[in-house]
Amino acid sequence: MHIDDLLRKESEWLKGTGPKSNIVISSRVRLARNFDGFPFLNQANPDVKLKILKMAESLMGKSKFLKGTLFIKMNDISEVDRQFLVERHLMSLEHMQDIESKALVIDDKEIISIMVNEEDHLRIQILQSGFNIMEAWRMIDEIDNDLSQYANFAFSNKWGYLTACPTNTGTGLRGSVMLHLPALVITNQIGRVYQAISKLGLTMRGLYGEGTDASGNFFQISNQVSLGQSETDLLDNIEKLINKIIMRESSTRNMLMTKNKEEVVDRIWRAYGTLNTARIINSKETITLLSIIRLGVDLGIIKKVDMRTINELFVLTQPAHLQKLENKILTPDERDVKRAELVRSKLT
Amino acid sequence: MTKMHLCEDCAKEKSEEMEAHFGLSDLLAGLADMAEIEETDVKKGAKCSFCGFTFNDFRRVGRLGCPKCYETFENQLASLLRRIHGQDRHMGKLPVTTVKGKLSNEAKDLHAFKIKLQQAISKEAYEEAAVLRDKIKEIENKLRKPKTDKRKDDCTY
Repeated sequence: MHIDDLLRKESEWLKGTGPKSNIVISSRVRLARNFDGFPFLNQANPDVKLKILKMAESLMGKSKFLKGTLFIKMNDISEVDRQFLVERHLMSLEHMQDIESKALVIDDKEIISIMVNEEDHLRIQILQSGFNIMEAWRMIDEIDNDLSQYANFAFSNKWGYLTACPTNTGTGLRGSVMLHLPALVITNQIGRVYQAISKLGLTMRGLYGEGTDASGNFFQISNQVSLGQSETDLLDNIEKLINKIIMRESSTRNMLMTKNKEEVVDRIWRAYGTLNTARIINSKETITLLSIIRLGVDLGIIKKVDMRTINELFVLTQPAHLQKLENKILTPDERDVKRAELVRSKLT
Repeated sequence: MTKMHLCEDCAKEKSEEMEAHFGLSDLLAGLADMAEIEETDVKKGAKCSFCGFTFNDFRRVGRLGCPKCYETFENQLASLLRRIHGQDRHMGKLPVTTVKGKLSNEAKDLHAFKIKLQQAISKEAYEEAAVLRDKIKEIENKLRKPKTDKRKDDCTY
């Protein structure tokens, strides 16, 4: 398997299937683990980091769940390829920096991804399409148990799994769900959502996680607390809240179609019109318009395009993806032209 | 760092957004007020015996140096953890291996029961599921109790 193979396939979470996928794009569960007897990465010198990289590589080879996965050293791939992996939500932006001794493990379905030497020695992640956080947990729990047979993870009975940053200690678990909430944004209810979730120990971030903004009306909601509750309780809390938000978004979409129908329909068709005819278009505008079209598809206003295509376009119109599709480096201006071409071709 | 010029409505929304993410640096800044208490609480300038980190290093970097730091700075971390998580006691899963590196029978059972529970739920055999859930709770409680082999209830060091 090679990174380029991913271009030809559809990643698991993009399929547009999975429960409640009209509103929930994907569910993600991640565990932070560190090898016992080693410093955390911020205190590790290059030799130690290299040792951890080798240990991780050896460990992955032993696990029955990770057969057939690719072990990619960040050093061995181009910057475009690294960005490509970020765009596919397989690794964080941070994993593109200081790449010495950093690696990524991925399977060909893009369900499993493991960052080696990011903030912790290992960051194991499972992605699922739609609202499926418990299934993601079941899978990651199995993998974690399997890996624990071959490696000693730093653990304290009192404080659980020990991580570089105390905000991740305990379960080392972060569960997040990516939601598409155009109706709540249009009706100015997002502020209220922020307030509600922060009271419950959850946080809300943009499309690419920490430090990114909420473009395209996409929001990632995850737990902040990782200590003091069991993993299933933490995820249960997230689930309950997400269900409420889904209901709210859903009823607001219906409301828009009754009270503001002409306005909404007009906006959707204008977005469709622009995407179908523009010759130059930048990322920001693309994401904004695709977001409106996605709503249009869900509301049954746009019937010529399916959810899968829209989801795909969100990813394919990103800078690294465009360059990989063209198989060459492109300037921003060139990308804006190629992007417009790609969008027009996929929408007709 | 990004600079943004916002109109009033967006500024209001952004500030609500900011409140929703608290930063570790805010908590550490808050702890600066507790500095006096800490110094009398623990030996001044205590250093981790594995990595040489001091609590001031942690304050500066926002990350700990190694797993042993959790033991070295137990007192300060206890209050910090309570502030971050509202709790300072691990209630989640245990690693399946024991100190000696072998799966205990109970851990094996636990794993098997969890799989059976999933299956029962998907078959909609809810009575069976309830029985399994009780068994799981029983074993988890047992695994949490102090072991007779006098394993210390703290860091693995």
